[in-house]
Amino acid sequence: MSDDHGSIFDGLLGGDSSQWAFGTDFEDPLAGVDTTTPDGVDPAELAAYCLMLGDDALIMSQRLSEWCSRAPDLEEDIALANVALDLLGQARLLLARAAAADPGVVPALPAGSPVPPEDALAFFREDRDFRNVRLAEVANGDFGHVVVRLLLFSVARLALLERLRTSRDHVLAAVAAKGVKEVAYHRDWAGRWFLTLARGTEESRRRLLAALDALFPLWAELVTAHPVERSLASAGVGVDPAFLREEVDAVLDQVLAASGVERPARPPLAGAGERTGRDGAHTEALSLLLAEMQVVARAHPSGRW
Amino acid sequence: MSADRREWPLYEVFVRGKRGLNHVHVGSLHAPDDAMALRHARDVYTRRNEGVSIWVVRADAIAASSPDEKDPLFAPSGDKVYRHPTFYDIPDDVPHM
Amino acid sequence: MTAIPAEPDQEERLQAAFDATIARRDRIEPRDWMPDAYRSTLVRQIAQHAHSEIIGMQPEGDWISRAPSLRRKAILLAKVQDEAGHGLYLYAACETLGVSRAELTDLLLAGRQKYSSIFNYPTLSYADVGTIGWLVDGAAICNQVPLCRTSYGPYGRAMIRICKEESFHQRQGYELLMTMMRGTDEQRAMVQESVDRFWWPVLMMFGPPDAQSPNSERSMAWGIKRNSNDELRQKFVDMTVPQAKALGVTLPDPDLRWNAERGAHDFGEPDWAEFAAVIRGEGPCNAQRVAHRRAAHEEGAWVREAATAFARRSAGEGGR
Ligand SMILES: [Fe+2]
Ligand SMILES: [Fe+2]
Repeated sequence: MSDDHGSIFDGLLGGDSSQWAFGTDFEDPLAGVDTTTPDGVDPAELAAYCLMLGDDALIMSQRLSEWCSRAPDLEEDIALANVALDLLGQARLLLARAAAADPGVVPALPAGSPVPPEDALAFFREDRDFRNVRLAEVANGDFGHVVVRLLLFSVARLALLERLRTSRDHVLAAVAAKGVKEVAYHRDWAGRWFLTLARGTEESRRRLLAALDALFPLWAELVTAHPVERSLASAGVGVDPAFLREEVDAVLDQVLAASGVERPARPPLAGAGERTGRDGAHTEALSLLLAEMQVVARAHPSGRW
Repeated sequence: MSADRREWPLYEVFVRGKRGLNHVHVGSLHAPDDAMALRHARDVYTRRNEGVSIWVVRADAIAASSPDEKDPLFAPSGDKVYRHPTFYDIPDDVPHM
Repeated sequence: MTAIPAEPDQEERLQAAFDATIARRDRIEPRDWMPDAYRSTLVRQIAQHAHSEIIGMQPEGDWISRAPSLRRKAILLAKVQDEAGHGLYLYAACETLGVSRAELTDLLLAGRQKYSSIFNYPTLSYADVGTIGWLVDGAAICNQVPLCRTSYGPYGRAMIRICKEESFHQRQGYELLMTMMRGTDEQRAMVQESVDRFWWPVLMMFGPPDAQSPNSERSMAWGIKRNSNDELRQKFVDMTVPQAKALGVTLPDPDLRWNAERGAHDFGEPDWAEFAAVIRGEGPCNAQRVAHRRAAHEEGAWVREAATAFARRSAGEGGR
């Protein structure tokens, strides 16, 4: 290893931290951060809000990571893993933030369990307690499906995070500041692939349109305000996605226009009564996803990992 | 270059890790075009480290000199970075390590 | 075979120059003249190595979806992603020898090129993720650190980058096992069971005993390999024994003991018949691993074609 070529890479690899998504000091994701709930904010609402944003990221990340070792080429395998890692990092901070705001949301574990609160939230909640949009949870399809899902998701999330940078909550503001750069890249990746598949071959266009048709009805949930979002937006802590609608529509229409694709004339997917993913009313896919994701953790509620 | 026309072309990647340094060759990758090659280079070779400058160039666009063409170490032919003998054959029965 | 029309005396001069470069432990670079056998040995070894990285994503990748903490999920995903990068660097090193990644992938899928036998064993518990990091990546490091000084320049440079990442891999694996050993009794049992299952297959990763390794000697002479299989295996055992002790696990070999005279550990012989069977394709997961890789490659074909078509179109007709 005393090779003269070694020096070439030093500047690139730098410290250890970029290697591992959260750096190597993992123990407390919120170490040194002010986690007091801002004045005039209901901690339970803040926790619910953090779960919405955190669960979106967690479930998206879970679906994206299923692509690992299955992508069309090695370069895309690496790209998809990068996106999944970014979202996983966001999820961890947001779930930790939810637990810090309102410990009441954290499932009870056996006395003395070393499982940290963000993991208790990820691995020991029931599906009906998850607050992610249903767009994030439906099963993977082909590569066109992952491109469409990530485009729809990141167009809305980027607009949201851009506003959230000025949140009165320090943790949300910090998560947003970091997340904007990440999600801008995700949107760019997805947009570029959307265009490529739309204008590539007949088959790629057909597959892309099929994925868009299937996923578009799930998109509305991301850009429709939930009462919790509205309430936190008025407190200067959250963002009301309804205010983003125009901007998000414009970005999406730009991608669609460049790709020569019409916006599907499909109505939003109905919820159960008035309830949607944000309220814990999910598709069948979530329960299956969680069964797999949680199986090891739940088998060892006092385990140390 | 490649026998398989479905394969994306090979690109060489050059990265400047810090301001004040030269771009240095760090490796190769495949991409359908320049824009995608830059994207891949960010993902593969820099993990999207900010402030890093990347160049990508198609391997078949690079002309290469030999320090001394008379040096017998260098094969007489070829002005490309690599030789790509398309008929290069790999033995059928490959013994294990 | 390499399209170099060399006169007999020129051929001799080229060979002499090549030999001199090897003798002074300098590097051979892609445009240099090299004997056909050197080239084909390199292609075989680098390709096998690249395939191992890519197939090696599967046994651990299988646990990403079930990783029991968010931190472990991130570590594992980043690790498996690294392996994709390793494969990519190595395929690129192979391409400097005139063989494309597509050709190598075809050879792998056709069963005409191999990958490390270890990846034909299943991963059956989360402890396996730790064991693979500790022992499999550990064995890979033993194999690979000397290859940073291998005689072929692009291979050596790929190995430098890879080795830096492999040391993270070993550390995260060992750290996972250490953490589990501090956990519940069930977790400790999981760790021991996993080490029991992987120990012998890991020793096989260094290849057959030197006496039965026909290509080794020439590879050593060419500086493609720097140490023999048995040397590396011994080094690995000596390195691992104190680590196992610190961890609190037993290595499943009754013959394993310190030999003060040799200044090294004596250890038992792996089951070479099992090794041969796995290499022949009869291991527990051979078919599954190749089928997984084939599915990804085939299901990605329409995407790769679409991107090529798009690039051609945006470059305009008559563009390159
Ligand atoms: Fe590796
Ligand atoms: Fe590794």
